[in-house]
Amino acid sequence: MAEIIVVTSGKGGVGKTTSSASLAVGLAQAGKKVAVIDFDVGLRNLDLIMGCERRVVYDFINVVQGEASLKQALIKDKRYDSLYVLAASQTRDKDALTQEGVEKVLDGLGTEGFEYVVCDSPAGIEKGAHLAMYFADHAVVVVNPEVSSVRDSDRILGLLASKTRRAERGEGPITQHLLLTRYNPTRVEAGEMLSVKDVEEILGIKVVGVIPESENVLAASNAGVPVILDENSFAGQAYTDVVSRLLGQERPLRFIEVQKKGFLKRVFGG
Amino acid sequence: MGILDFLKRKPEATAGVAKERLRIIVAQERSTRGAPDYLPLLRNELLEVIRKYVNVDVDAVNISLDRDSGHEVLELSVALPEHKPG
Repeated sequence: MAEIIVVTSGKGGVGKTTSSASLAVGLAQAGKKVAVIDFDVGLRNLDLIMGCERRVVYDFINVVQGEASLKQALIKDKRYDSLYVLAASQTRDKDALTQEGVEKVLDGLGTEGFEYVVCDSPAGIEKGAHLAMYFADHAVVVVNPEVSSVRDSDRILGLLASKTRRAERGEGPITQHLLLTRYNPTRVEAGEMLSVKDVEEILGIKVVGVIPESENVLAASNAGVPVILDENSFAGQAYTDVVSRLLGQERPLRFIEVQKKGFLKRVFGG
Repeated sequence: MGILDFLKRKPEATAGVAKERLRIIVAQERSTRGAPDYLPLLRNELLEVIRKYVNVDVDAVNISLDRDSGHEVLELSVALPEHKPG
C-alpha cells in the first residue's frame, strides 16, 4: 500500500496546491514513486502549478467512473520519471466523486507500486475536502500566520482526528504536520505577524516546516515549475527541508529570522 | 530602518492581539468539538417548550455535553427570569 498524505487547510488561498506540488516533487527527488491528485473537482489547478495543463486528457472522475484506466489518466512528469499527476475534473458535478471511487483509485495506485500519494484537498470542509482526507495516513495542514487561517486549521485538525478511516477503524491516529507558509520574519519581528511559536502554542502542535513569503512562489506558478525546483529560493529550500523531515530526517528550521540587510538596503529601505 | 521608511506609516504591532483572540476562540471551539449535531436543535426546541410556560430569554437555555471517564453527561441549565412581586 502507498502512504497517503493529504495536504489540507480549511481556508482557501493559503498554499495547498503550491505545497502539494512541491512536496510531490521533493518525494520524487528522494527517489520515491509518487502520484499527486487534485481533489478540487470543478476547479482544477494542480495541473497548472505542475506545468502539465496541456497534457490532461483524462481526469480523476474519468477513472472513478470507469471511462479511463488509471494508466491512461496518470500524467507523467517531464522532469521526474517516478512522478505522476492525476488532474481534477473541470466540468462534472461534485457528486461524481464518491468514497468508493476514491478508494478504488488509491488501491489501484498501491497496486501500481506507488509509494506515496499526495492528495491536494479543496478548500472548505465539504465533500471534496472530506474525501481528500478520509483515506490519509499523514496530513499536512497548511496554515498562514493570520487569524482566520489559524482558526480554520484548528477545525481541520479536529476533523482529521475524527472523520478519517483511521479514526473510524481505530487504526491509530493520522500523523498531523503543521506547515506554516507565507511567513514574513520582518513583520514577525515588528510584532505585526504571529510568530512560529505563537501558532504552535495556539494549536498545540509543532510545525513541520516554515515557508517564507517569497516572490519566487509566484514566479514558479507563473512558469508551471514547482517552487521546490528553484533551488536558489528560500521557499524552495524550505520545501526541501520539509520533505526531508517527512522522510524522518532531522533538519533545523531555516529562514525564520530577519535577514541582515546590506548597506544600500539599510539606507534606502526595502 | 531606511530613510524612506520614515515616510511610510508603520502598521501597529497587533500580533499579540491576534494571539490572545485566537487562544480564546480555539479553546472555546475545542470544548464543543465532537458534540452531536443535534445539540443546537435540541436547545431551540427546549427553549420553545419552556417559553410556553415561562417567558425566558433566547440565551437562557444552556446545553453542554461533558465526557467524564467513559460517561457522557448532558447538562442543561435554564436561567429563569427574576420573580417580580405582583
